[in-house]
Amino acid sequence: MICQECNQRPATLHFTKVVNGEKAEFHLCEKCAQEKGEMFMLGSGSGFSINNLLAGLLNIQPAFQGSGQDPFQQEKVLQCEQCSLTFQQFIKVGRFGCASCYETFKDQLTPILRRLHSGNSSHSGKIPARIGGTIHLRRNMDVLKNQLKEMISKEEFERAAELRDEIRKLEKQLNADQKGGE
Amino acid sequence: MSLERFINQAISSWMSAEGPDSDIVLSSRIRLARNIKQFKFPTLFSNEEAEAIIEKIKARVEHSSFSKLGEMELLLMDSLQPLQKRVLMEKHLISPHLAENSTHGACLLSENEEVSIMINEEDHIRIQCLFPGFQLSEALNMANEIDDWLEEEADYAFDEGIGFLTSCPTNVGTGLRASVMMHLPGLVLTHQMNRIIPAINQLGLVVRGIYGEGSEALGNIFQVSNQITLGKSEEDIAEDLKSVVSQLISQERSARQALAKTSNIQLEDRVFRSYGVLSNSRIIESKEAAQCLSDVRLGIDMQYIKNISKNILNELMILTQPGFLQQYAGGPLRPHERDIRRASLIRERLKMEDQELGG
Repeated sequence: MICQECNQRPATLHFTKVVNGEKAEFHLCEKCAQEKGEMFMLGSGSGFSINNLLAGLLNIQPAFQGSGQDPFQQEKVLQCEQCSLTFQQFIKVGRFGCASCYETFKDQLTPILRRLHSGNSSHSGKIPARIGGTIHLRRNMDVLKNQLKEMISKEEFERAAELRDEIRKLEKQLNADQKGGE
Repeated sequence: MSLERFINQAISSWMSAEGPDSDIVLSSRIRLARNIKQFKFPTLFSNEEAEAIIEKIKARVEHSSFSKLGEMELLLMDSLQPLQKRVLMEKHLISPHLAENSTHGACLLSENEEVSIMINEEDHIRIQCLFPGFQLSEALNMANEIDDWLEEEADYAFDEGIGFLTSCPTNVGTGLRASVMMHLPGLVLTHQMNRIIPAINQLGLVVRGIYGEGSEALGNIFQVSNQITLGKSEEDIAEDLKSVVSQLISQERSARQALAKTSNIQLEDRVFRSYGVLSNSRIIESKEAAQCLSDVRLGIDMQYIKNISKNILNELMILTQPGFLQQYAGGPLRPHERDIRRASLIRERLKMEDQELGG
């Protein structure tokens, strides 16, 4: 397809603009598009950022969320109590306002995180030493429990007994910590 | 100021050509993003909160300095000149976002400039460790130690399920971005990069040119970094990156060997032409300078050129950027004047090599 503006170069940018319900299609080459100022997204240099990409990714959400609902019914605005960021605002800027936002938008967030982090939605890295509290202990215990199962299936009962004792010790420690914390 | 003194002041330790595999890997960087629970994230926080965060970190440094780092210097973005910020940015010590768009942004710099802690960037705290050569694990260990030290007195925003909470959901989890800067002229000359980049992308890593815009890589310098921050441990992220980088290193080495075998004289010609351009030109644009510097560095690595130090590429890629040129000139320069200044700086720097050899 040839650019409809200069009729010389091949058109590389195709888009549809809807203004007041009137549809208009454009097929432009990069040069003419730039001159016409229609390079809304590929703008000069800084226009196309991770932000735009992210906003695009997030925007998929409302489409299937609203299905089956009465479109005229006022939807409850999802808003963070701590920093009063709304979910709509988050979609626009792609940044959260505070730590509580993660809790407020939890349901919407999980599929987004999966998409961003190739299917992952739970942390398996570092735990801060001080505020991490009992998480360390619980993680250790999970690891030991898995090892215990493995040893039992391999019929290495001596090692399994050792593991069982270690788990009991951790359980005690955990109980003590929880009581102390309350 | 003499060029020698200027360079000595301008050079950070990450730019030296010392370090493992430094013929191909220029530097390794680790960045950890952290936020303090009680404050709103930088997109929404108040001026008071921003100031309180700086105070908190300042107090931490003053009370018990982290012995490994020595004296840390606190730089407030609001009290720096635009040119000073630009220079820090060109040295990769602060991010463009911190320099230009932050509210009450600040930066804690270690003496050798290997560690920089950015405050009030996109997140409250961003710990950056930048090491010369291929030293990802070393950089990660250092970052972890600084992280633990800061955590002793700051309540991090952390969730058991999804890890460290960050302003942008692309950083949540570990908050870790590991990246490696590589000089890959062999793979570019043998037209292999176009094949390699998509393959690396499939592994959840990103390759991009570090200088220059878009996909174009000025000076054949590429940055490889992780995209995913959630679901993998810090060590696994670093290991995955390391194994890809190791493969790139061996592919680059074999590409260089193949080039030496099949087109030895052409390559030697290319290297010395570029050397000629650098040592004689009176006007040089950044693009041409980057290409010639890459050729000369390749020539040094392949021992066509024997009397020039290796870190010339690392040094001059940094020093010939607009901010540095203007700092060296002592005032603003127009693009055309910069090209003249760049040419003379490179010529002088190459002359310094000759003198060192003679003396």
